Amino acid sequence: MFLKKLLATSALVALGAAGAQAGEITVMSWGGAYTKSQVEAYQKPWMEATGNKVVSVDADNPATPIKPQVEAGNVTIDIADVEYSDAVRLCDEGLLEEIDASALPPAPDGTPAEEDFIDGALTDCAVANIVWSTIYAYDTTKFPDSPPTTMADFFDLEKFPGKRGMRKAAKANLEMALMADGVPAEEVYDLLETDEGVDRAFAKLDTIKDSVVWWEAGAQPPQLLADGEVVMTTAYNGRIFNAAVGEDKPFQIVWDGQIMDFDLFVIPKGAPNKELAMDFLKFSTGTKPLADQASWISYGPARKSSGALVGTFMDGKTEMAPHMPTAEANMGNALVNDFEFWADRDTELSERFNAWLASS
Amino acid sequence: MANTSAQDAFVEFDHVQKSYDGETLVVKDLQLRIGKGEFLTMLGPSGSGKTTCLMMLAGFETATNGEIYLNRKPINNVAPHKRGIGMVFQNYALFPHMTVAENLAFPLQVRGLSKADQQAKVQRALDMVELSAMGGRRPAQLSGGQQQRVAVARALVFEPDLVLMDEPLGALDKQLREQMQYEIKHIHESLGVTVVYVTHDQSEALTMSDRIAVFNDGRIQQLSTPEALYERPENSFVAQFIGENNRIDGKIREIHGNACAVEIPGGLTVQATHVQGAGAGAPTTLSIRPERVLMSAGDQPVPGAIDGRIEELIYHGDHIRVRMSVAGNPNFVVKVTNRQGHQPLAEGSTVKVGWDPADCRALDPMSA
Amino acid sequence: MPEARTAAPLRTADGVPLKTALARAQRRAKWRAAGLVLPLLLFILASFVIPIGQMLFRSVSNDEFSSHMPHMVAWFAENGDAEPDDAAWEALVLDLRQAREDRTIGLIGTRVNYELSGTRSLFTSTARKAEDMEPPYREALLDADEDWADPELWGVMRRASSPYTDAFYLAAVDRTRDATGSVEMVDENRQVYVAIFWRTLVLSVTIALLCLLLGYPIAHLLATLPMRYSNLLMILVLLPFWTSLLVRTTSWMVLLQSQGVVNDVLVWIGIIGEDGRIQMMYNQAGTVIAMTHILLPFMILPLYSVMRTIPPSYARAARSLGATSWTTFRRIYLPQTVPGMGAGILLVFILAVGYYITPALVGGTTGTLISNLIAFHMQESHNWSLAAALAGILLAAVLLLYWLYDRLVGIDNMKLG
Repeated sequence: MFLKKLLATSALVALGAAGAQAGEITVMSWGGAYTKSQVEAYQKPWMEATGNKVVSVDADNPATPIKPQVEAGNVTIDIADVEYSDAVRLCDEGLLEEIDASALPPAPDGTPAEEDFIDGALTDCAVANIVWSTIYAYDTTKFPDSPPTTMADFFDLEKFPGKRGMRKAAKANLEMALMADGVPAEEVYDLLETDEGVDRAFAKLDTIKDSVVWWEAGAQPPQLLADGEVVMTTAYNGRIFNAAVGEDKPFQIVWDGQIMDFDLFVIPKGAPNKELAMDFLKFSTGTKPLADQASWISYGPARKSSGALVGTFMDGKTEMAPHMPTAEANMGNALVNDFEFWADRDTELSERFNAWLASS
Repeated sequence: MANTSAQDAFVEFDHVQKSYDGETLVVKDLQLRIGKGEFLTMLGPSGSGKTTCLMMLAGFETATNGEIYLNRKPINNVAPHKRGIGMVFQNYALFPHMTVAENLAFPLQVRGLSKADQQAKVQRALDMVELSAMGGRRPAQLSGGQQQRVAVARALVFEPDLVLMDEPLGALDKQLREQMQYEIKHIHESLGVTVVYVTHDQSEALTMSDRIAVFNDGRIQQLSTPEALYERPENSFVAQFIGENNRIDGKIREIHGNACAVEIPGGLTVQATHVQGAGAGAPTTLSIRPERVLMSAGDQPVPGAIDGRIEELIYHGDHIRVRMSVAGNPNFVVKVTNRQGHQPLAEGSTVKVGWDPADCRALDPMSA
Repeated sequence: MPEARTAAPLRTADGVPLKTALARAQRRAKWRAAGLVLPLLLFILASFVIPIGQMLFRSVSNDEFSSHMPHMVAWFAENGDAEPDDAAWEALVLDLRQAREDRTIGLIGTRVNYELSGTRSLFTSTARKAEDMEPPYREALLDADEDWADPELWGVMRRASSPYTDAFYLAAVDRTRDATGSVEMVDENRQVYVAIFWRTLVLSVTIALLCLLLGYPIAHLLATLPMRYSNLLMILVLLPFWTSLLVRTTSWMVLLQSQGVVNDVLVWIGIIGEDGRIQMMYNQAGTVIAMTHILLPFMILPLYSVMRTIPPSYARAARSLGATSWTTFRRIYLPQTVPGMGAGILLVFILAVGYYITPALVGGTTGTLISNLIAFHMQESHNWSLAAALAGILLAAVLLLYWLYDRLVGIDNMKLG
């Protein structure tokens, strides 16, 4: 993960020198299979269509460099792919360019963009491209007879012994802990608003704390599984899909208790190639590119009109639809991430999470 | 002078050899006996093996072969700190983080003496070297001479029977060095301690020692009193190394007991004392001290006189050095005492030089 | 002669006072010297003094609220800690409207949220409605959200309206102010910084001592071996210096992780079982092992430079005076290496206290240090003021240590190389 940060920085430095050329934008994303899907579905077609160039750089969280860059008045990123709560927070702090939703292209059948995007996919400063989810996945070779099926199983060390991988952050972990403790998805955020709810979540996390390996970058969990460092891990569903289907790894996703979220494109305030970036954004969030991206990674397109166009994986045989977070079968017990909750509580809960991590 | 008979040898090197690399010997079959209370100096050029011998005696080097005895006990396998030998190092090796008094108390402390005993002995040692007021100072705050005295005092404070000194005066200027030579000599005499002293300075060796062992090439070239060493060198290395010396290469003609006739360049024959075992016809190097050469400008008789040409006169105040060409040697030096009425000398003039055959020794030929 | 100096200053042959003449004669040399040093001075100023000053300023600066809520600031200035009156509610609405227009409402909400969790959305959502609010404003605001009546919220806003604050320093030592403004500990389950400061201190001392323990014999060997061997050894010591920090840290990960080389070997030779693999990475042990290795050269070099100057004759002298080899080491050699030990320990400790990459990669949760929390607040939570306060405390601690060292050992006694 650090390596990646350094690479990203050096790429940015190199860009500073080359950026003077016309027709070049910098897109920052999350790396690995996810960046690849964007390169294939958005960047290459756009470059072909317009003759412009895209420089793709990665970060553990592309929202991170925006604030320092805008405050320092030295913005090198034209477009960043960020999570919902970050998009809202950055927008509120005036760190992003506003995006006029009506300027986005309509669906092929003429439906205006405002109606074609699923609910919540458009905000003042951001346009969603995918729906992704945080799930957990396990190594099927470790549990050949009775595999885990529920969120509760992830926290059950007796039935399913072995190390767990979890993201080193409060977000998603607290929700999963509550769901594993038997809280229905629709009550999770109400409960987390209360001290008792937070205590209950941490108490549940306590039960597996000693067995957790913490990860930070999205590319790590499939690696941890593959290395045998953990037997199951939370992860972004697309990463596991690509490892399982694309690389034939014995990984299986458990959809129970999945937490869905949007990824959105934002343009940092003062982006060096704002006009081009806007053009790229409009192109990328069109019906066809969004549908195409689903052929490269199992994330759901944010436009309703793209759904029908989703086809097979790049191997040519795997139907993508059942692997989407939004597939009917996967939505049995699903939670939609509450960005407002996290915008309000992130500071407090991160502090508490850090304190909890540090105490042994 | 101390008795050095076999039974009484206080220190004995018995066929000691030392090699560092397994290929060359730096000490070759050393045989040496040192009597109790003796002041013995190991003298030689650097690399001659003298310091190695001292280090073997102190215990910092092990003999490759042979045995060293101290007080008739073999000590090859005795650790340095159990040998009870005092040592004065070239740069004094006074512990810089301790005061003078602490330095002196150190050997007493490690021997477990009581505080009171320590203080008394330290005070006595300081008095001995006349540094009573300096006990509280650090070595760096002392002059070179004072440091040297502290080093001597420290080597003696625990009353060892044997003290080793490794070029202890090397770092001092000439005047101080001469003063310290006498002080060390006096301390030796008053305490009766045995001293093994290493130096490359022959005048130091001559002044202080009971006996001197001249080292060269890993061997003792001559072991005798300072007087014998100077007056009766046994080979041309010793003759050359101790004091000033004139050389004339030649060939032995005849031998009559202790005397011999030697043919020198120019076809002349001179009389000399026969030292080496070489027979008639063997090459030899004649050795004559500059102050023993007799010179005559005219009719005063000189025994066995030969011609010499005065090349250069150097005025030294109390004497005049006369460089001459004699028998093919252009660096033949004669010392003429600057007394009233000494004979007039002039560069370029030719005079007669000669010597008492007892003063001219026919030694082994020098190759260089 | 002091009298002469006070009575009449000495003059040169030309009648110019001697001091003036001397100053004049030396002026050129002084200017030239200053000119040579100037670039470095400017560089240090630009790259060190100014950034540190900015950091310290940020740790007490409090402008997010105070510079974007002018009416509220004015009201608080006039009314102090009085109950909010009509003017206060009006000021609040006016400021919320303006902040929404300026897109600064997020900053304001974030600032208040630091001290009172859950208030960020209160600001952003109320600001959205503020445009249409009409007097009486109190009712309009409470209608939008009842939380506006919370006296604790007004207490936080009052404190946030001053341009400078100690709130971040308080937060950095797990303290906060209650509604009345007195300092108290934060909730027990949110206390983290003091513990991590303490851990940083303990781990850094451990690492420094381990470095000393491991580095001392190596430095001694370096100082006493013949030149051709010591040069080779020196290269081995310096080799890590020439290798990327990242490479070294990741190699430790390869070695020490539970499926790593060391565990594999232990399992293979049967010392531990397959399920008994030792956790040496992602905990304190990992941090200590990797950092000790990485910082070892900083211990060895000062030790070496001191040991090289200690002639072997000291040890020989001590031995000849009757000391065993242990006494010789303890009484003679060790005390003379104190300057090197002091320099090495101080150097390693100060570097360890601020170390970031290695604990981030191998520290897991129990091996993270304060610098990792600083990085967290720089990169993840974006609470730069708190990051600056934490860094400020770290800086003060290091300076304090330096001062202590100076008092105990003396900086003059330090030898770095």
